[in-house]
Amino acid sequence: MQRSSAVITVNGIDRVGIISTVSSILSKNNVNVANITQTIMQDFFTMVMMVDISEMTCDFETLSIELETAGEELGVQVRIQHEAIFNSMHRLS
Amino acid sequence: MLSTGEVFETLKMIDEEHLDVRTITMGINLLDCASANVERSCNKIYDKVCREAEKLVQTGEDIEKEYGIPIINKRISVTPISLVAASSFADSYVPFAKALDRAACEVGVNFIGGFSALVHKGYTSSDRILINSIPEALASTTKVCASVNVASTSAGINMDAVEQMGRIIKSAAELTADSGGLACAKLVVFANAVEDNPFMAGAFHGVGEPETVINVGVSGPGVVKAALTSVKGQDFGVVAEVIKKTAFKVTRMGQLVAQEASRRLKVPFGIVDVSLAPTPEVGDSVAYILEEMGLEKCGAHGTTAALALLNDAVKKGGTMASGYVGGLSGAFIPVSEDAGMISAVQEGALTLDKLEAMTSVCSVGLDMICIPGSTHASTISGIIADEAAIGVVNNKTTAVRLIPAPGTKVGDVVEFGGLLGTGPVMPVSQFSSESFIARRGRIPAPMHGLKN
Repeated sequence: MQRSSAVITVNGIDRVGIISTVSSILSKNNVNVANITQTIMQDFFTMVMMVDISEMTCDFETLSIELETAGEELGVQVRIQHEAIFNSMHRLS
Repeated sequence: MLSTGEVFETLKMIDEEHLDVRTITMGINLLDCASANVERSCNKIYDKVCREAEKLVQTGEDIEKEYGIPIINKRISVTPISLVAASSFADSYVPFAKALDRAACEVGVNFIGGFSALVHKGYTSSDRILINSIPEALASTTKVCASVNVASTSAGINMDAVEQMGRIIKSAAELTADSGGLACAKLVVFANAVEDNPFMAGAFHGVGEPETVINVGVSGPGVVKAALTSVKGQDFGVVAEVIKKTAFKVTRMGQLVAQEASRRLKVPFGIVDVSLAPTPEVGDSVAYILEEMGLEKCGAHGTTAALALLNDAVKKGGTMASGYVGGLSGAFIPVSEDAGMISAVQEGALTLDKLEAMTSVCSVGLDMICIPGSTHASTISGIIADEAAIGVVNNKTTAVRLIPAPGTKVGDVVEFGGLLGTGPVMPVSQFSSESFIARRGRIPAPMHGLKN
């Protein structure tokens, strides 16, 4: 099981500064972004970020709360989950 | 690399289809808490449960936050108290129930199961004391669950216990009349009870289990229902495949949570119980799955076949997803906890007789069914005997959790609140079983109980 990777998902109405806000929180806590997939459909913003949290300088819960709070201020839902939950469901390895 | 579609499929299951881990249940052996002194034994029980389960709730909440998967209940199952209390010389085991209740409150779990006795072949002196203590024990505690195993495929049906449990259920209901007979929601009468079931009210920590163990119960009726909407009108081979694949995904998540909880708590992982356990929330119903297969209403002819397919496909999908599948694993059909079942009863589509037929193919039995408060104890015993016979002959677990809600009549509705839901009072047969139940003794084990 990989304990160093996490998935960040963002959903909501598109506006300026979503990626910038999320990225700055990650960078502040030394979380590296490995991949970003982002789409906008009819003003609805959807983003999936794969991040490496092995060198993270805060604990998981602190990062989770910080992202969630920033999301609320932007009017979007932001959450972070360990990657294992998705791998266990969708991968047989 | 995960695809966006996969990530959002999981999130949709959690957000919209009520996917959750229903329970992380820690089994704790209490055999070493026996003492000739009741108070000393109760103190040992309290201390041991608090010590072993100290971090259970916090660990569950941590996993919930980090993986983003709701873990609804954190619970404890203990060694059947009839064994633990046997050497205490007590004439009532209510103090043991109170010790369990205090410990459950202290560690923050919502239920503790194991106020139990296994009497499928006969009673020990301690079993008698325990069973006699059940009504008061349940009425004077909030978190304790009780169960009694009255039959098994290899021993037959203990009709003395069947007779007594009818009276015990009535008495438990009467002692909690002001809450609709709530004590009965915490009391299960089993045939072929399993030792590693993580679900309440029937969980206990069997004597074949290790010192402590982590068992996890997954759920997800809403996910199965949503998956079936995508194959409307297609044949049953397709239906079974869709259910299997969904059960696989749900169980993999349960396996992950179980392993993680086991690792963090340093407690061995026991089993994942792959059960579709409904909640009163709309969209989290087993009845809706059966209706999605094409039945106008749960209870219509064809319901038993639909449930048989569902129960089997859930097991098959779950088996490959976890190293150790156990417990009850299948589909639960508790009436008061399932919005679709409640509606089916209220519209006259689902009767007690149909539910009895359904229990021959579901994972447990007649569950959370309200019956009129005036129901005679021997009628309840008759229902237990029928259910035990289905379990014994079909070599499966069956159970009865009936609530003869005091003062109610057919058509009334009993509100329990929370996960226990809302129970419409259902009619029972008006013909007496009294002389049948009064015979007592033991119904012999069936031929296929002699397997050696």
